Amino acid sequence: MTQTDPVLAQPVVAAEEVEQRLRRNPKVDSLVVLVIVLVVAMVARPWLVPMFTGPAIASWATIFTAVCVQAIPFLVLGVTLSAAITAWVPSSFFERALPKRPAAAVPVAGLAGVILPGCECGSVPIAGGLVARGVPVSSAIAFLLSAPAINPIVLVATAVAFPRNPEMVLGRFCASLLLAVLVGYAWALWGKPAWVRMPRRPDLTGMSRPAAFATSARHDFISAGGFLVVGAATAATLQVVVPRAILDHVASSSVLSVLVLAVLAVVLAICSEADAFVAASLSQFSLTSRLVFLVVGPAVDVKLIALQAATFGRRFAVRLSSFTFVLAIGCAVLVGWVLL
Amino acid sequence: MKRETQNLVLLLIGGAVLKISITGAFSLYVKQGLRPYLIVAGSLLLVLGVYGLVIDVLGYRKDAEPPAAEADEHGHHHPGGSSVGWLLLAPIMAIFLVAPPALGAYAAERAAPVATPKPVSASFPALAAGNPASTTLADYSSRAIWDKGATLKGRDVRLVGFVTPRTAGGFYLTRLVISCCAADAFPIKIYVAGDAKTPAANTWLQIDGTFAAPVRDEADQYDIATLKAVKVRLIAQPEVPYEQ
Repeated sequence: MTQTDPVLAQPVVAAEEVEQRLRRNPKVDSLVVLVIVLVVAMVARPWLVPMFTGPAIASWATIFTAVCVQAIPFLVLGVTLSAAITAWVPSSFFERALPKRPAAAVPVAGLAGVILPGCECGSVPIAGGLVARGVPVSSAIAFLLSAPAINPIVLVATAVAFPRNPEMVLGRFCASLLLAVLVGYAWALWGKPAWVRMPRRPDLTGMSRPAAFATSARHDFISAGGFLVVGAATAATLQVVVPRAILDHVASSSVLSVLVLAVLAVVLAICSEADAFVAASLSQFSLTSRLVFLVVGPAVDVKLIALQAATFGRRFAVRLSSFTFVLAIGCAVLVGWVLL
Repeated sequence: MKRETQNLVLLLIGGAVLKISITGAFSLYVKQGLRPYLIVAGSLLLVLGVYGLVIDVLGYRKDAEPPAAEADEHGHHHPGGSSVGWLLLAPIMAIFLVAPPALGAYAAERAAPVATPKPVSASFPALAAGNPASTTLADYSSRAIWDKGATLKGRDVRLVGFVTPRTAGGFYLTRLVISCCAADAFPIKIYVAGDAKTPAANTWLQIDGTFAAPVRDEADQYDIATLKAVKVRLIAQPEVPYEQ
């Protein structure tokens, strides 16, 4: 019952003085602050609500809430699975399940992405849980990039969104899998361990499994949820500020349309189950540029960058995102040129 | 952010999600099919928060705290990673205090104009029975433009939508179509022909009418289906404001 895994026994970094300060006042600070904030908000409500009646800010608030609400079930799913992996699956399982050599482990991890239905919000906590469990970072990355893009729900959604172009489904599957495997290999070849900050997990030694599960789940959800809010706010701001009519002028140029849709995929942070329908509605654009949108979106967007920063550290997230962004465009254009 | 505070936040966000999924307010933000998953997710978060708080209460009641309840980060501080958790208060307060409304005319007008999506099958089944026959704006638009209204001729049709203004005079009956959540909404517009005077934008109407030839949109880029209005009625915003 006792966790003896050396990875999990890693203690949390705690500043000496902060710890001492908290020992003196164990129950003040954050709980009191929370209650005060809530009470103030409730009392200030008659002044607060009229601030949100203008059409622009009301739309912002609606889109912000919508992105948060829509992502939460998938985040809960991902956090639950990650916490379950941390609490119940021994690291020896992963050592046995994955081939030893990275050359074989990375594609296997990439293909494993097929089994996790849901949005990208779920795959990041799971990848973090896998790394904490001793899975090599290259395989975790391959999984993290493929799971949101090639799972059955997303593929079916793409098929429904492009009824006359079933090759988009195949294109998406191939391009995203290729991307995941290539980035995984790139990490295995060039990645430095110093770039990854080990997921900061609470000290779980000596806990029962249910308690370890609950602690893990709570910590992961609070952390990832906060970053989700950042992504949702960014997406809402850009949706209300960026006039989509601009796209009309851009769609005619093949180079510009690819670049603009790639950037749009990053800033709009639309869930991978829905981006197929958004891509389908952008009928002014070529199929290839829309494939770029579908391949870049689940791999790199403001929500994901924020989640990756929370799970793996800011430096890692920046390096991974930029590299993936460029490679995603390349993979999608290549597959698009072959298939479409 | 301490353990107790985190559990309280879990409780609040779970409660917020449960609230909107039980009252039906979720329809303003996400698609219908998400409801059972919202209920499950909200309940899980609620249970997780309550479990954590109960463990704490039981722990304080005993003089010697058992190792299981003690051996977590009680007293440890998590800089950075858990401080971001405070941001979760934003959606919590949005749902409980502000209750943002459904997207309406503003969002419909801001969206870039887009042609009616081409339907999945080449043939259209007969229009639903009834006089007038109720159908969605997306369905009506699809039949009018891609089928040249073959299944609509000679039928009275009932459409529900909200008003968006038309620069060339008159108004459009509009509905926002979502596939996942309000973030991906795009508008379907129907031009309403007839003598009806233009109501204020965002007014919800139920219009009975007949098929008329499509018109071009204001930028002359694509066709917009037309409904010749026979009867116009003001209605309240439907519980599910978006077409799915």
